Amino acid sequence: MNGLYAWMDALLPFAWLQYAFMKNALLALLLLTPLFGLLGTMAVDQHMAFFSDAMGHAALTGIALGVLLGVRDPMVSMIALGVLAALLITGIKQRGRTGSDTVISVFSSTAIALGLAVLSQGGGFAKYANYLVGDVLAVAPVDLLGLLLCLALTVAAWGVLYNPLLLASISPSLAKSRGIRAALAEYAFVALVAVVVMVSIRWVGVMLINALLVLPAAAARNLARSAAGYLRLSVGLALCAGVSGLALAYYLNTAASAAVALVAAGLFFITLPLRPR
Amino acid sequence: MPAHAHDCGLCRVELEGLTVTLEGQALLQDVNLHIHCGELTALIGANGAGKTTLLRALLGELPYKGAVRHVREDGGDARAVRTGYVPQHMHFDRTAPVTVADFFAAATCNAPVWWGLSKKRRAQVADALKATHSQTLAAKRLGALSGGELQRVLLALALTPSPNLLILDEPVNGVDLNGLEIFYQTVSELRRTRHLAILLVSHDFALVRRYADRVVLLRQSVLAEGDPEAVFASPAFAREFGGGEVRA
Repeated sequence: MNGLYAWMDALLPFAWLQYAFMKNALLALLLLTPLFGLLGTMAVDQHMAFFSDAMGHAALTGIALGVLLGVRDPMVSMIALGVLAALLITGIKQRGRTGSDTVISVFSSTAIALGLAVLSQGGGFAKYANYLVGDVLAVAPVDLLGLLLCLALTVAAWGVLYNPLLLASISPSLAKSRGIRAALAEYAFVALVAVVVMVSIRWVGVMLINALLVLPAAAARNLARSAAGYLRLSVGLALCAGVSGLALAYYLNTAASAAVALVAAGLFFITLPLRPR
Repeated sequence: MPAHAHDCGLCRVELEGLTVTLEGQALLQDVNLHIHCGELTALIGANGAGKTTLLRALLGELPYKGAVRHVREDGGDARAVRTGYVPQHMHFDRTAPVTVADFFAAATCNAPVWWGLSKKRRAQVADALKATHSQTLAAKRLGALSGGELQRVLLALALTPSPNLLILDEPVNGVDLNGLEIFYQTVSELRRTRHLAILLVSHDFALVRRYADRVVLLRQSVLAEGDPEAVFASPAFAREFGGGEVRA
């Protein structure tokens, strides 16, 4: 790790990067933002903005479940609950009897109410407030390893899932006629989103997880003409928002995730007039 | 009847006693049908007669009783039926950043499209699009295609890999007159140049009369079948469509 820090000092001699925690935060964002840029492309294509919000809420319930079970690290209960909620929402949506926004809202509201009810018991919610805003400056080197693993797994999964998801988003019946198991790909995709949200919620925060997933991809969509261009732009814009947001947060002395989200929002509005017609 | 350059005689897709029941109600009852290679078979029928149900059963979207077989000219079983399908219409986001080549590659190969398309892959896509004279559309955004162009791309996709049975579901919707003409000419060409059977659902009897080799009139089961003139003159056709004259 020290070697990496020395290398960063030589390459990036900026005042805001002189502290180890800022270096860690930068490394975390260099792993997190491509992850969200990647998944965001399909989340935007499939109109899942609301879904990722619900995943953020499910994280709170996951933490609450961890507290009830008395585990020290709630990550396992968060991932289990997130994946379960994601699969249930998708299952109900695929049956098509209830509008998907209603389904997601029911899950989302239940999750946040349940989470708040348990975590606020005895007036002790303040110690969980970190999860709402997130704190990327608290990333430790061991967390970076987890994020790296997460990114590698996501890229690998994306290699298998992307084509079926793309085809199903254009025409489900065509996908089916070609023997593509679109429903299975969708389940795998939502489970993947759930895992990524749970792993990163501590650094990004419940309230801003959606911004990170949707904004870079939405901005990229304003510019892209092809699938490959869309993905590269989304990852590129997410990285750009991550790095400049972190620097901005240092100088404005504000929450990093908020600054990152603001830069991403700025990128969206700048690119909006360039949309293809 | 068209001149069959690669005539395969009696090679055909056979539907035997095909029955589809949904919640106790029979949507299709004992449908027996031969769809011959090198022929364009038009499926007609009133609304709710079961045309879409039959297509969905053939595409494996609906469970059915009975058999669908690919039969060689000597009556022996050929491989399982491989279907190619051109959907009726597609409700997709027309602003999506997906080119025709992206769409084609996503449907025909495993390499993830987001990685970018290799030179070899682009050549393969262009080659496949040539079958429907749409190779110039490869770099266009899918959402920017006209109705006729989209239908031609979908037809090219349905032909990759080459199917035994090509299913066209009312391909005329949302297509202008010129696009329609090109589309039907392309389909007509296919029965001569490819080894496949074509099943076309249509409401346009004038086009059916001009292009189809055989017509099947459906209501739950087959009411009449044969060459277009015979079916249009049949009592069953008069019953179903009130005896209206068919435009030439």
